Amino acid sequence: MKTGLVARSGIAVFIGFAFLSLSPQIRAQFAQVPMGSAFSIPEAQLLKPEALVQLLQTTSKDKPLLLQVGSHMLFAQAHIPGSEYAGPGSQPAGIEQLQNRVNSLPRKKLIVLYCGCCPWNRCPNLGPAFAKLHDMGFANVKVLYLANNFGADWADKGYPVEQGY
Amino acid sequence: MSVIPKAVGFAPRTLRCSSTVKLFLWLCVGVNAAQAQVAPTSLLHKEAPEFVRTDLENRKLDLRAYRGKVVLLDFWATWCASCQIEMPRFVAWQSQYGPRGLQIIGISMDDDPALARRVFEEQKLNYPVAMGDEKLGQLYGGVLGLPLIILIDSQGKVKARFRGEADLKLIEKRFKPLLRP
Repeated sequence: MKTGLVARSGIAVFIGFAFLSLSPQIRAQFAQVPMGSAFSIPEAQLLKPEALVQLLQTTSKDKPLLLQVGSHMLFAQAHIPGSEYAGPGSQPAGIEQLQNRVNSLPRKKLIVLYCGCCPWNRCPNLGPAFAKLHDMGFANVKVLYLANNFGADWADKGYPVEQGY
Repeated sequence: MSVIPKAVGFAPRTLRCSSTVKLFLWLCVGVNAAQAQVAPTSLLHKEAPEFVRTDLENRKLDLRAYRGKVVLLDFWATWCASCQIEMPRFVAWQSQYGPRGLQIIGISMDDDPALARRVFEEQKLNYPVAMGDEKLGQLYGGVLGLPLIILIDSQGKVKARFRGEADLKLIEKRFKPLLRP
């Protein structure tokens, strides 16, 4: 038992040293998780890209409402076909735009939010957008999990995109 | 009143492990992989697409005018925390390597120029910054996530494309040999 404790302590010390030896940029990833970041979204609400593709293919009648809550400039370059731009979640004007878009919808409507502006733990848009929908009483909100960005985790993977406004 | 019922950990369940060792491995491998992608694209070793803009100080910014210099084209935005973390280093590089022919050019992908202008002033950027748009993004292979840094040599050829949070030491290592001694 004592041996196990020593081994675990050793592993903990090793991890500590190894973490400190990581580059400043990598350490910053964990040291500076911004308030309201995508990390605040409950795990159960996350949707992986392949799951969304499947959902879009199989859902025939009640299609989910797909909303991009990041930068309009990124949306104009490439977005998921059928999705709408709903304003940047990090800004009050964006939250207002999102609210106006969904206000009249039934609260059980399936809504899928996505952004992909930057690495997941840096995204300033998804956390506030998700929180807003939650506050409004929407109980069926999913968030597309893009670990790095929309380019790397969606477009480069060959998932469908379209351009324009 | 909390609006979020439960905070998520480092990543979705599929990425989480019960073992601390597995978690550490994920941190090292997964996150490192997300950092710097020196992405080979169709632009590589070809002429950098030309563009002319007006910078945030109302001066003409013509990429062609920088022929003879090594250019780091930095696509950024105010909502991109990683981009702003990199900026002090870019300011230092511009001072240190500018005399040897380095020119950093910022392209803000913000929708609102006022936001970009504020960061330009706050960060005391010592290099020109112009506003980008979707056309410019598409010229450079699509800016579908930030940061994105394009390294252009003195002949105007694209030498590297760094996407995501890049290792700045790696970028420095790539552009230094291209500079004048």
